[in-house]
Amino acid sequence: MPLPIPFIQQCQNLLGADNVIAESECLRVYECDALSAYRTLPELVVLPETVEQVRALMRFCRDHSVPVVPRGAGTGLAGGAMPVAGGIVLGLSKMNRILSLDPVNRTARVQPGARNLAISEAAKSHGLFYAPDPSSQVACSIGGNIAENAGGVHCLKYGLTVHNVLQVQLVTSDGELLTLGGNGLDAPGYDLLALAIGSEGLLGIVVEATVRLLPLPPSTRVLLAAFASVEEAAAAVAAIISDGLLPAGLELMDNAAIRATEAFVHAGYPVDAAAILLCELDGLAEQVEADSLRAEAVLKAHGAIEIRIADDESQRRRFWAGRKAAFPAVGRIASDYYCMDGTIPRKHLAAVLKRISEMGGEHGLVVVNVFHAGDGNLHPLILYDGNRPGDFEKAEALGGKILELCVAVGGTITGEHGVGSEKIPYMCVQFQAAELEQFHRLKRAFDPDGLLNPGKAVPTLHRCAELGRMHVHHGELPHPQLERF
Amino acid sequence: MNDGDLTADIQGRIQQAAASATPLRIVGGNSKAFYGEDCSATAVLDMAGHSGFIDYEPSELVITARAGTRLRDIETLLDSHGQMLAFEPPYFGEQATLGGTMACGFSGPRRPFAGAGRDFMLGCKIVNGYGEVLSFGGQVMKNVAGFDVSRLMIGALGTLGVLLEISLRVLPKPESEATLIYAMADEQQAIKRMNRFSGQPWPLSALAYDGQLLSLRLSGAESAVQAAARQLGGDFDELGEDFWLALREQNLAFFEDDDTLWRISMAPSAASPAVFGTRLLDWGGALRWLKTDQPAKVVHEACEAVGGYAEAFRGGEKHDRIRLKPEIAALQSRIRAAFDPHGLFNPGFCRDR
Ligand SMILES: Cc1cc2nc3c(=O)[nH]c(=O)nc-3n(C[C@H](O)[C@H](O)[C@H](O)COP(=O)(O)OP(=O)(O)OC[C@H]3O[C@@H](n4cnc5c(N)ncnc54)[C@H](O)[C@@H]3O)c2cc1C
Repeated sequence: MPLPIPFIQQCQNLLGADNVIAESECLRVYECDALSAYRTLPELVVLPETVEQVRALMRFCRDHSVPVVPRGAGTGLAGGAMPVAGGIVLGLSKMNRILSLDPVNRTARVQPGARNLAISEAAKSHGLFYAPDPSSQVACSIGGNIAENAGGVHCLKYGLTVHNVLQVQLVTSDGELLTLGGNGLDAPGYDLLALAIGSEGLLGIVVEATVRLLPLPPSTRVLLAAFASVEEAAAAVAAIISDGLLPAGLELMDNAAIRATEAFVHAGYPVDAAAILLCELDGLAEQVEADSLRAEAVLKAHGAIEIRIADDESQRRRFWAGRKAAFPAVGRIASDYYCMDGTIPRKHLAAVLKRISEMGGEHGLVVVNVFHAGDGNLHPLILYDGNRPGDFEKAEALGGKILELCVAVGGTITGEHGVGSEKIPYMCVQFQAAELEQFHRLKRAFDPDGLLNPGKAVPTLHRCAELGRMHVHHGELPHPQLERF
Repeated sequence: MNDGDLTADIQGRIQQAAASATPLRIVGGNSKAFYGEDCSATAVLDMAGHSGFIDYEPSELVITARAGTRLRDIETLLDSHGQMLAFEPPYFGEQATLGGTMACGFSGPRRPFAGAGRDFMLGCKIVNGYGEVLSFGGQVMKNVAGFDVSRLMIGALGTLGVLLEISLRVLPKPESEATLIYAMADEQQAIKRMNRFSGQPWPLSALAYDGQLLSLRLSGAESAVQAAARQLGGDFDELGEDFWLALREQNLAFFEDDDTLWRISMAPSAASPAVFGTRLLDWGGALRWLKTDQPAKVVHEACEAVGGYAEAFRGGEKHDRIRLKPEIAALQSRIRAAFDPHGLFNPGFCRDR
């Protein structure tokens, strides 16, 4: 049912006509996030410029029972910002300023639409940076990062968004403004800040955030190690961590990813290697030197056939160039790809990667791997052709199998991209009915009418039954060939 | 240690409590009984018997144990593999359990540099007020499936559910540590110094000021710790390790007193609240302990004036321990009802003000 004209007019009164989009041509931009296979044309997009406007809009939508989908930069990979029928999209792109930077307390106060990278750029002259660095950091917004608890290459050492945010201003579905967190390192009462982070826009709209800034490390070294098999590279990852090293980043790329990126950015990667590891070490020069010696020894002991070292900025940038360009590079070798995001215990990396490649074969699809190996966060990229009927469905089916495999080995269906619309079916696999019900009760404590991003992140039990999916207990699962707890 | 899985018993007790509307006081090692509001429940749910390790693989940097497991046993096991709980949880008694430690959510001197208890929480199993056994999070480093209920349990003092099992991320122990001290009589100067240190990339792992000495701990490779110490100047404190332990356990002379002990959390560089009393600064200035005989009202208002918040940690007026904004208090009670609709768990704790 289209939104009534008076409703649209009232939105225009609240925000000014320029900040309300109702023409279908302009609405197209907002029909999906970066998971473009999932689309819904929104009825209306509103782009508030102030906190007061957000509050007024939320009250107005509540009074008219109109659902609200928050949206940052739209780089999400799970359909979290996909519009819902009969609802509006509330875009935060116009609230994109860095409000203040406090170099003494090492914090930045920012609006939700501020780009992730803009914070580190602003902090650089003070010798500081904002640590969480999703590969999408040139574009994604801090509000979206908070909603997804985004990670990045450096979160192995520096933590995820939840570890680096001190305070959030949240507007609830009835227009109330809540301050979660504090000026120090904690706040009285329940840890509502931790709860809000990663809540995928279901509990409130982030309208401001205060993030922690860290001192830039004086010395950084990247090791690039090549391996003759993916299994050896995966085993080396587990070995580095169990040796007691805590690299700033530890990423794995398989041969398909190496070749795709080499053809795209010419980073000088060894194209014949079955896999490479990129291991970044940082800190005082003495620390880097000590860690580097240990890391090299572990890598060699685990079968590295070649180790290259980058110390200066331009060399390091070249090593990372391939990794950073991996997604677009894969986008050049296939017409479409579908990115999965499961996390597993590191000890299962080798077996799971092998099984994923076999399952790809069974589905007649190629899977490319480039991921945050240090935290066991897989990003299998399933290649498919969206123009070929049935191909996306095949990719989706394989993706589902991969996520079930992650759960089966004691992992999770999503490490950093969120559940959104996409992984709703697999939430029924990971959680029991009583746990899903607990999530719903928690949601109602914030949003009794269920108007904020409805249908996302947490499935109803009814939906799980419809999908024919059920929670799987360890031991009664597919993939019996894999050892598990 | 007497290991035992009492899940079924505990669940039964809670179902019974729900049926008979009998609230429960949840007790682990009873080492932190001084903390929190007065609990009005008389029936005790004893968690200490529900103990034992469930999973620990040093290479995964994860440990999973039952809530009644003693903190000492956990740290001893980790230590034998060169690992540690990096948030340095205070014990306040040898009998401290994992469940009580996480329910209180205290963190020691390493907190500003390594993270708090909640930052190491990976997953948990709980019983809610419906008597249901639920699992949230898991044993992996990154997990954003569903709301972050595990972290919500930290500091909730058991009011949202009884913790049964907890998975924590652990870290390798640093190869080397050293403590440097600087004599300093002026608090403002100490605050300035601590913030300057924190803004530079030193391998810091603790930073405190007791009114006379600024203490700074370095952690990392031996060569890096030595290099940093050379550049930072100051004197080596050979008894540094004892100092940090005593600070964590509140065994320093500062804590021996009958005055109310307030815990104040605030921006690390802000001036201390104007309340008559004595202070000790931890967490590089972000945590300030205050001993005073001033009324709660005076302390709360002075802390609010400097953008911080105060909590009566030991002693003081139980009915005015902490102050919440009304909208936060209302939300908190709705959240509590979402987990524990009959108000079974530790009634009186986390009161909604
Ligand atoms: C090439 C590429 C690489 C990527 N690499 C990474 C990576 O390394 N690590 C990683 O974690 N992610 C990565 N992502 C995923 C994505 O960038 C992150 O999830 C990011 O946090 C989304 O931010 P956004 O501003 O684009 O949010 P959107 O996509 O606009 O929204 C994401 C979710 O947040 C909600 N939301 C947005 N803003 C707000 C707000 N202000 N208040 C409340 N809810 C809000 C939306 O409703 C939606 O559910 C990548 C994506 C791409 C395309």
